[in-house]
Parts: sequence; C-alpha cells; structure tokens
Amino acid sequence: MSVFVDGNTRLVVQGITGRDGSFHAKQMMAYGTRVVAGVTPGKGGQTFQDTVPIFNTVAEAAAQTGANTSVIYVPAKFAADAIFEAADAGVGLVVCITEGVPVLDMTRVSPYVKERGARLIGPNCPGLITPGVAKVGIIPGQICTPGPIGVVSRSGTLTYEVVYQLTRAGMGQTTCVGIGGDPIIGTSFIDCLEAFQADPATKAVVMIGEIGGTDEQQAAEFVRTRMTKPVVGFIAGQTAPPGRRMGHAGAIISGSSGTAAEKMAAFEHAGIAVMQRPADVVPLLKERR
Amino acid sequence: MNLHEYQARELLRRAGIPVPPDGVATTPREAKQVAERLGAGKVVVKAQVHAGGRGKAGGVKLADSPEEAERTAAKILGMKIKGLTVHTVLLAPAAEIASEAYVGVIVDRASQSPVFMVSPAGGIDIEEVAATTPEKIFRARVDARYGLLPHQALGLAFRLYHDVGPARQAADILQKLYRAFVDAGASLAEINPLVRTPRGEIVALDAKIVVDDSELDRHPEIAALRDPTAEEPSEVQAREANLTYIRLEGDVGCVVNGAGLAMATMDLVKYYGGEPANFLDIGGSSNPEKVVNALKIITADQDVKAILFNIFGGITRCDDVANGIVAATRQFTVDRPIVIRLTGTNEQEAVEILNGVGMKALTDMDEAVKQAVGLAKGAAAA
Repeated sequence: MSVFVDGNTRLVVQGITGRDGSFHAKQMMAYGTRVVAGVTPGKGGQTFQDTVPIFNTVAEAAAQTGANTSVIYVPAKFAADAIFEAADAGVGLVVCITEGVPVLDMTRVSPYVKERGARLIGPNCPGLITPGVAKVGIIPGQICTPGPIGVVSRSGTLTYEVVYQLTRAGMGQTTCVGIGGDPIIGTSFIDCLEAFQADPATKAVVMIGEIGGTDEQQAAEFVRTRMTKPVVGFIAGQTAPPGRRMGHAGAIISGSSGTAAEKMAAFEHAGIAVMQRPADVVPLLKERR
Repeated sequence: MNLHEYQARELLRRAGIPVPPDGVATTPREAKQVAERLGAGKVVVKAQVHAGGRGKAGGVKLADSPEEAERTAAKILGMKIKGLTVHTVLLAPAAEIASEAYVGVIVDRASQSPVFMVSPAGGIDIEEVAATTPEKIFRARVDARYGLLPHQALGLAFRLYHDVGPARQAADILQKLYRAFVDAGASLAEINPLVRTPRGEIVALDAKIVVDDSELDRHPEIAALRDPTAEEPSEVQAREANLTYIRLEGDVGCVVNGAGLAMATMDLVKYYGGEPANFLDIGGSSNPEKVVNALKIITADQDVKAILFNIFGGITRCDDVANGIVAATRQFTVDRPIVIRLTGTNEQEAVEILNGVGMKALTDMDEAVKQAVGLAKGAAAA
C-alpha cells in the first residue's frame, strides 16, 4: 500500500521533450513507472523513446491513454497554465516540479485546481515515490526501499539525506512525498499526514519541515488531535537569520514568525519526536516502534 | 526583491495614488537643490536603505531650510543602518497630518490569497499594532481571480474613515494599490502612513513594495530597479553566478546542493559547536563552473577558516562537483582546509577525481561536519 501513487498510476509527462522532462521521463520509465503519454505542443504524433506517444494537449493525452496523473517539467512562466490544463483535462493528481512559479500565479491556480477536485503537489518540489512501484518526479530511486515508513518533506536533497539514513538502517518507505518549498503549495503536510494515517501499510511517519510560515504548527495540531501513528519530525533552519529567504521562496522568518524554535516547540507539544539532526531519524523511530 | 521607498512612491504615483512630490539626492549639494526645487519650507530627509526602523536609527530627519537639508543629508549619507550604508536620501515636503492610517496587501500563505490589512493606527510598525492592539487591524481576503471587489474596498475604507467622502477616496486608493501590487508582481505593497491632511485630502506618505523574485523575468522594468549598491557585494556576485548565498558571522564556509540540506548542514555545524559562515546553495543541475564561483565567494570571506562541501547527488552529479573543486584549486589558491562529503549520483567517479589530486572524500554528513568544525577551531586557535 502507499499514498497518492501506486500500481494504477498512469502518468503523462508535460514537457517531455525538454531537457529536464526527457531526462526524468527516462528515469521514471527505468524505475517502472507507467509513463503512458507525453505532451509538447507542436510535437503531437511523435513518440518518445519509441514507446511513449506524444500529444499536443493534455486533454488528448488523457482521452486516448487514460492518464490519471501528470508531472510538469515546463519552464516557470508556463507552469501555471500547465497546471490549469492538467486540471481541465480531468487529471486527478498533478505534480509540478518546476521552481520559480510566481506566487501570484499560485493564488489563482490553487483555488481553480481544488474546485475541479484535483490534487496538486508542488510546485518547486521533487515529486513523490512509492518505492518498488512507481516514481513521479526526480527523487533518486536507488536511495529508497519499500517498507513501513511514510515520509513527507518541504525539501529535496534533505529528504534524500533522511531517506538514505532510513534505507541504510533497513527501514523502508511506503511513499516519500516532497510537497515543495514555495509559500503556496497544492498539498500540505496535513493532507499527507491524513493519507498516511489512513494507509494501513504506513506504520510511522517522518515529517521534514523548515523555517517560514505556519504549516508545521498546523500539522503538529493535526498530529496531536487526529493521528495515532508515531511521528518523528525535523525542522531545518535553526541557524537561519530572520528576514532572509533561505533558497526556498517559502523559507523565510517574517518578523518573529516562522522560526525553527517555534516549530520544534509545536512538535514537542504534539508528542512528535524532534530530530536534532538528520541522523536522529533512525534511533527515534526505533524507540517508537 | 525590495524596492526603495522612492521607487515604491513612483510606482504608486503612476498607479494614480496621491503621493506628495519628492526628489532623491546622493550628495548633500544635490539634497539642497532638491529642497529648493520642492519649494516648501520644511522638508523631511529620509535614508533609502533596505532596512526597517530607519527613523529609530536616525535615518529620518526634518529640515527647516534647503541649507539645513544639505547639512542633514551630509549626516545621513554614508550612515550605516543595520549594516547597510546609506547611498541615497529622499526629500519631500513635511506633511500636515490630521490622522494616520495603515493600508497594505500581502500574499497570505495560510489562505493562499492576497489579503488586505488596514488599520486606523497608522504611522507605526504594523507588527507592533498586531502584537499590542490586534483589534485595530481589519482584513479582507481577495480571490485573486476576481481582484479586490468594490464592496470589499469600501468596507475596509469605512474602517478608517467614518464619512463617506474620505471613505470613497480611500477605497479608490485601495483599488489602485491592488492594481500596483499585481502589476509589479509584488508579494507585499503597503502605505504607512496613509495620511489625511487638515484640508481633507488623503495621501500616501511612505510606501513599501517587495517584489516576488520569480516575477522579475516578466517585469524587466521592475528588475531594472534593483540597486546592487544596497546589497552585500558578495551576495550580488553570487546572484550573478546563479548561486543563492547569504553571508553570516561564523567561520565554517558551507557549499551545499539544495536549500533544505544547506540549512540542515548549517544547523549541524552549530550542533557540533561551530558557527556557519554562510548559506550557499549551488542548485539542482550542477556544472563545475558553479562550484568554482562558489569557492571564489567563500574564500573571499576572510572569516572563513575551513570549507565544508556537503553534496547529496541526485540531479547534481558528484563528479561535476569534484571537477569544479579541482578546477578551482588550479585557478586560484584555496588557502583554507576543505572537507568534502559527497554521496549519490556518480559518487565513485568523484572519489577517483579527488583522489587523483590527493584530496579525500567522506560519505557521512556528521563525520564531515565534525571534521570541518574541528579544523576551523584549530585554525582559529593557531
């Protein structure tokens, strides 16, 4: 079992002929993901790697291949429209990898997608992987292994670091979800926690947050009131200065709000085991089995 | 990207918001000429730096005459406010004030929408109002697909003024502020204070606009407003090399791929008793040139005593990073010890490249951080 992505995932890659899109489409295919279509306007009728049909629009791709999930690798200025297009085509899960999507675009995209009943993951995220089954995005497959731990994170490489620690210790993962480092994202920590709580295969959850905003505090409240599975948490940015954007558009301490200390306190209050460093993930999970 | 007050005032003026005349000066002599041109007796001289609390720091002063404006500007120009040197002052006629209000619009993360905030308690820091008298702040969430609705604007305006006349003026200003906010690709636009004069006019006396960096590509006219002299030179250099770099006070220089891992690496430096000298993210797709530029920037910081690489290869290839490190050491002298941790994509190739020039690579993040902290401490003690 898993969340959001499984053996029924039929993936359409938006921007499949671009540099990033083609590279990662091959990686996803090699991992075993069912890539059923690609979209690049003007290249409809061609095939990718001699196997995947390319369409001009997501609507055509979905109608002809039954694609139910989309992953977006288009440049930032086209990303909002790519998300609108996927939602309009009736794709249920839309994963936007693109970094640098203007936040005002997201204020229009987010309600639009929700009203059409689709789930957006990202933007500015590494996507998600259900080890051994399918990956949608850019998480390196070789660092993951199947198992009972759910992972949700705002980060990319920091997630890899933590997953790598888990895999080396023999603790496999149900699904790893990178929700993205932007101020406005489609899927929140709470959405993922809710899914992991409902997934029978997931026995414990690792949540990796960072400075900026209050999503971790709200997630902590959800854990406290609604979750029975153990949760281990990490917050990056204890040494970050206020008022500076730490790489991710959303990683900024505004005034006195959004600090690591505040988030770690919220975790502790909610009974979440707080990791002081990435390597703490294994011992803390072992204690809570 | 932060705009200077004088730039924000100009954007609001172009949007049709009443903003009193003003002028900028970079020398005391120019300040005198601007004050003469403004014609008013009393002027206010304001430091143009990207830092809050200018007034408290002595960067905002009144002057009774052009001569006094010249002397005041001489004091403010060159002054340091929160570490930033003042290169420009703004001069404007001192306003007559009957009442002061705050109006602003931000992108609110929680509601995923633009949210207006207004307060009749203007002229002071809105965070302070929020902390002490939150009941004096009124909000309205905007559906970005429809914009600020007329009834929302008027409803907010009535929170500031009881009479319909000034309320309609304020509602008009709120609509224009929202237009300016969207047109600039801003994440924040505020007027503080919005002033009602004794004659009943409503004018914007101070403005702040923060532009979303992701919008700069499609707003070249806004991108052109960037003032590199108002930023730390090493950070400007880093941005031009497509690196995200933030200088801090410590002595362990950090080069990392990915923002989250970069923060976690800094935190781990602190965990093992060291102090990170910087945040530096070389980004996702690696090329050796980026690593060379990163090392140039880090080694230029004389406080750095040891350099720590922490690379988790995914899209970033470890061999690219290793090649960059080797290229850098051939181009210039790296006179500080380097500790390299790398794992992931093409790790083995990277190890061979580094071993070929007598450098070592570690695979464990904790071990690498401990070594770098130890080396920095050793160098500091020596």
